[in-house]
Amino acid sequence: MTGNSGGSAREVILARIKEALRVPAPLPHGIAAALRSQMGLLPATAALTTSGASAAGSASAATALPTLTIVPEEVARPWLPDGGETPEEQLHLLIENLGKLRAVVHHAVDFTAASEYLFTIARERDWKRVAWHPHPLVDPLLAGIPCATYRVDAKDFDKHALESCDAGITSCEALVAQTGSILVSSATSGGRALSILPHVHVVVATRSQIVATLADALHAMKALHAGRLPSMLSFITGPSRTGDIERILVLGAHGPKELILILVD
Amino acid sequence: MAAIGYNCGMIANATPTTPASHPTVSDVELPRLAKKRFLHDAAEHVRDTDHRAFIRKALGGYYVSRDVQKSRFRDWEQARDAASLAKWSAVNRLDELLPRFVTNFEANGGQVHWARDADEARTIVLDLVKAARAKAVIKSKCMTSEEIHLNAALEADGYGVVESDLGEFIQQLRGEPPYHFVFPCMHVRREEISDLFGRHLGTAPTDSPEELTMIARRHMRGLYIDADVGITGANFLVAETGQISITENEGNARLTAALPRVHIAISGFEKVVEHLDDLAVLLPMLATAGAGQPLTCYNTLYAGPRQPGEADGPEEMHLVLLDNARTAILADPEQRDSLHCIRCGACLNVCPIFKNVGGFTYGTTYQGPIGSVITPHLRGLADWNHLSGASSLCGACSDACPVRIDIHRHLLHNRRNAARTSPNLIEKIGHKIFVMVARRPWVFALGGKLFRQTLPLLKALRPPLLRDWLASRDLPQAPRESFRRQWERRRPEARG
Repeated sequence: MTGNSGGSAREVILARIKEALRVPAPLPHGIAAALRSQMGLLPATAALTTSGASAAGSASAATALPTLTIVPEEVARPWLPDGGETPEEQLHLLIENLGKLRAVVHHAVDFTAASEYLFTIARERDWKRVAWHPHPLVDPLLAGIPCATYRVDAKDFDKHALESCDAGITSCEALVAQTGSILVSSATSGGRALSILPHVHVVVATRSQIVATLADALHAMKALHAGRLPSMLSFITGPSRTGDIERILVLGAHGPKELILILVD
Repeated sequence: MAAIGYNCGMIANATPTTPASHPTVSDVELPRLAKKRFLHDAAEHVRDTDHRAFIRKALGGYYVSRDVQKSRFRDWEQARDAASLAKWSAVNRLDELLPRFVTNFEANGGQVHWARDADEARTIVLDLVKAARAKAVIKSKCMTSEEIHLNAALEADGYGVVESDLGEFIQQLRGEPPYHFVFPCMHVRREEISDLFGRHLGTAPTDSPEELTMIARRHMRGLYIDADVGITGANFLVAETGQISITENEGNARLTAALPRVHIAISGFEKVVEHLDDLAVLLPMLATAGAGQPLTCYNTLYAGPRQPGEADGPEEMHLVLLDNARTAILADPEQRDSLHCIRCGACLNVCPIFKNVGGFTYGTTYQGPIGSVITPHLRGLADWNHLSGASSLCGACSDACPVRIDIHRHLLHNRRNAARTSPNLIEKIGHKIFVMVARRPWVFALGGKLFRQTLPLLKALRPPLLRDWLASRDLPQAPRESFRRQWERRRPEARG
């Protein structure tokens, strides 16, 4: 789908970019000073090269542009929101954040207790049909579903069937203390739609899945799916919401109205 | 809170052949009219105190939650440094990172399409929709699609397209462009939405925002399932992994990228970041600055279409990479950082001009301070420099920007550039006269005397040159003697 007059669109755009970048840009406003005061942000050499280049502002400095990256192993980022140091702190933060987001958290001592809880809420809400996906954390809960079920897997996925379900039960990849987020993936959480289409999303997770920060979760994903990342990774931070009408918060815009986390010890 | 779909891009360049999808958008308008209309609409909106009060009230909750979320950062200013560096580092190495992103995106099974301008981008999307034999198209919020007037093009070719984001859906039904590129319908009252839904969807009137939201929810669910093509924007393109990141609150983008057979994303190429890890900084900052949230509800990374073994997802994933004058901004090192923009909308929310003249007055795809910076680059400085003048230079925008774009200084740069390329004759003569007067103390004194004596007369006569000024202001009482005279008189006292 490329144009053909005077080279393909790809070549033209890349050539324009190369040409445009021949003259270097100064460092962002206020950054040069910030760099001096907190060299920890960057490798010292990179910082020095950079401020030098911007001060000189000459075209020849273009080649000296350093690679500036912030790598979590090297920098703890003590300026981002706190993710907690110890597992207890992280658990506490996670639950506090989920509460503020109006998600429901239920602690279960074991899978039997988790299954009983699921039975209770399914009865209370009068669920007719619940969708689930095969997973070591989800399977033990099936006994607790007092209604019809729809199994989501790679064979003959039926979006109409899924749409008719009252709730979807999934596992997750990680829980993020820093933001109260639940990380799901298309690989291990029943694909893309199961965690977004049904009106209620129930997540089953263990305490060992809690990580401190978003960076930790992203790193864990890269390590876990080293060969190939799932086609979808989604940080779910509370039930679906909107403020589009007069900036007034309403839960359940298009995604789940309720988000329930069952945390198994 | 809201429909964060801060996506993509910039402003469409003038393509006279484009059918105007919205009556008030002015890409196709004769350029000279842009300033005239801005002045007219600004005056009208400033007088509309109901509108101003409504916008202020709507933003009231945002200020509170934004500050709460900012305070959760252990050091917001250092986070801004890191975020701006991440963007600076990526934008200044696009020649290296963009090809790397594309290689990795393609390795994930996605297909990339390059578009030099709006026209090319529309053609690409139309061809993809045609190839998919699509009967229905669903869209989640995507500002680049507004920039290229995609909906009008799709409709002209007979494709039904529905905006799924609540705010965008309301605006689509109203036949208006977004009022604010993050909060598209923040100017609309619930009664108007109730009427609108009643007319188009046949629903009963209600004054409850919750019920109105549920009406849209019910209406949209079937459409996600029936659509063959889902169109989204992109907030970040991750070079390291070839993923695209989409930020939203409602779940409509998730559904749009989950259920239809074909997923098409449209993005400006400047959205590239180098590392997946950069998102650990940028995502919370985008949410905090843009909507006062710790993180928006759904932050999703897509790596190609459905993979073997995955339950669902599209069979094809396409990404349209848009230039549309972005390379022109890139070529200006002084203002290159305006490409760092992550479209959070924070600069609009704090801007005294935006709050008074409203979003439509700008007549641009991107409103507010950042829109005033970039629009002149894309549609011509001579015709759009008036936006740079519509600023008190208070700097609230620059202070609010999570990636530290020097927005108000860029407005000054635009003014300077405009004065260079097309000097204003009256200003030039005015400055000449001032220099002449200021260098001759006796002329200055004479002028002052004359002015003091004619001031009451000016007040009474209201000459045409002063009429605009006097429309909303009063002239001061003339002092009896000049400042210099008073200074002389009082100096001995001051010395004590």
